[in-house]
Amino acid sequence: MTRYFTEEHEWIDVDGDVGTIGITDYAQGQLGDITFVELPGEGDKLAKGDAPCAVDSVKAASDVYTPVSGEVTEANAELEEQPELVNSAPETDGWLFKLTLSDTSELDGLMDEAKYKEFVESL
Amino acid sequence: MSAPNKSGWKPEMHTGGNAPASPTVSGDRGLMLEEKLIFELGSSSNCGVDIDEPEYDVMPSLSGNLRMTTAPLPGLAEPEAVRHYTRLSRQNYGIDLGPFPLGSCTMKHNPRLNEKVARMPGFADVHPLQPVQTVQGALGVINELAHWLIELTGMYGVAMTPKAGAHGELCGVLCIRSALEANGDAREVFLVPESAHGTNPATAAFAGYRVENIPATPDGRVDLEALKARLGPDVAGVMITNPNTCGLFERDLKAISDAVHAAGGYVYCDGANFNAIVGKVRPGDLGVDAMHINLHKTFSTPHGGGGPGSGPVVLSEALAPYGPLPYTARTKDGVIHLVEEADADAFSEEHFDGKMRSFGRMAAFQGQMGMFTRALAYIRSHGADGLRQVAEDCVLNANYILRSLEDVLEAPYADAGPCMHEALFSDNGLAEGFSTLDIAKGMIDEGFHPMTIYFPLVVHGAMLIEPTETESKDGTDRLIASLRSVAQRAVAGDESLHGAPYFTPRRRLDETLAARKPILVYKDETDET
Repeated sequence: MTRYFTEEHEWIDVDGDVGTIGITDYAQGQLGDITFVELPGEGDKLAKGDAPCAVDSVKAASDVYTPVSGEVTEANAELEEQPELVNSAPETDGWLFKLTLSDTSELDGLMDEAKYKEFVESL
Repeated sequence: MSAPNKSGWKPEMHTGGNAPASPTVSGDRGLMLEEKLIFELGSSSNCGVDIDEPEYDVMPSLSGNLRMTTAPLPGLAEPEAVRHYTRLSRQNYGIDLGPFPLGSCTMKHNPRLNEKVARMPGFADVHPLQPVQTVQGALGVINELAHWLIELTGMYGVAMTPKAGAHGELCGVLCIRSALEANGDAREVFLVPESAHGTNPATAAFAGYRVENIPATPDGRVDLEALKARLGPDVAGVMITNPNTCGLFERDLKAISDAVHAAGGYVYCDGANFNAIVGKVRPGDLGVDAMHINLHKTFSTPHGGGGPGSGPVVLSEALAPYGPLPYTARTKDGVIHLVEEADADAFSEEHFDGKMRSFGRMAAFQGQMGMFTRALAYIRSHGADGLRQVAEDCVLNANYILRSLEDVLEAPYADAGPCMHEALFSDNGLAEGFSTLDIAKGMIDEGFHPMTIYFPLVVHGAMLIEPTETESKDGTDRLIASLRSVAQRAVAGDESLHGAPYFTPRRRLDETLAARKPILVYKDETDET
């Protein structure tokens, strides 16, 4: 399994053609306390860059962009009751949704962990 | 005449320091009032009025619709109900209590003259379905206000019916959509700068367009080159707020309009901040095709908790034929007509080639009459020169605040030149662990309504302050002194600020819990069976 990052502060774990997507620890820190997560529906077909998800915090509502194209297979239902998981465990239990990648070559433009860390430090 | 108070003596103000530790029995602390929910007051057996027992058997006429359980209504006598709301109002803060520097909201004084005019029976007691010959005065107000708005903006027509800013946006974008479709040129995309009001992308999406962002330049304005690069045959239009949400005038608006028009699109301008330029700049001269005007901001009609909004949309010659019905028109005999679909063709002769092309209607009736009378009263009492001074004074006040505080709070666009009607600061430079929220809460202790916080999103920990022309120099100085003090505490890392507010009926509320688990409906805990 490999993890990639975007400049919009999403992460994606890729295992074969299955991707799990969430927002990074840096992102949740910037947003503040998350109060609500709007999740995509199973079967939604997404194109890279679409915003199938939104996270509301006490400060603002922010779109979450999908780093790759694909079809949604599952959304994290836990978040409906416990949106705070995105704050406490953004890169594990606070994942947002899973999808089946339609084009794995889209991963090429994404950052690895070291590069993302560098990117965040440059902000 | 009594002697002046030379010593300056006045009774000591309560500081809490030597107050008895035991709570009062009532829960009130003098004039600091504790108030229960209305459902917790009184008893359900009480009623504010006595209703006679029916003299005959009503059961047959109720056809089995008689309610068998008690309606859980609050039971209060009239004085109890009056006191309840008056006591609650004592815990409130409004523009009549002090400055309301909520950036982007233009909370200005509502002149009492407006209220007097709005309460005149000829305006207050009319019904929208009355025959037009009986409401010529009211229609005359709508018609005259429409002319003022057209004149002040340099546009061709105006749709008076939209009920508020975002409703006006929708009206304007639907006009654009109608104009494009009438020419067989359906387009898909609306461009919205990233510093736009949140309602802009929402409006474009609601009207069926795909929204794409246009980046801002480092000095906080729309990136003209990026915009030009994106224009094309799929772009229906651009939505731009001017002055923008960073409090800056979009200097390139004319160039933007020219480029958008050359590409076959239309320019929608969000006129929420028109207060800063009224009487100084006419958006029509800058190539704007549609712009809503928040009467409740620029023209001082009450809003927020104080009343409804009103968002007329001024339209260019290209869009005016598509505007909504009904609208008012004065014929040569001096009669003011309310133009509906049936007679729209006849009234389209003069301006619209005799063809009604309205896309439909935005409201059941003629719009927010109560706001029209207040806005026209404001306009007529200020006159054209007075309105110009409104813009000058509100911009002067905002710049005074910006320059008075930029040494304690980072002002991200201060180098971009003067601001317009609002001063923008960020939380950069506050001590570790201190945030914009702490400053806002500290301002409550100082007796002010906080500024707008965390908006616009392009600025980290934004604080957006809009004094409006309402504030005198003395009032503005008091606001600055308080904000300076609170900001200095946040910069110095004064831990006590984390506990603010201290001097309010309730201390700092748990906003996260309130958002995550809101309790929106009263539930009688004793009535669980």
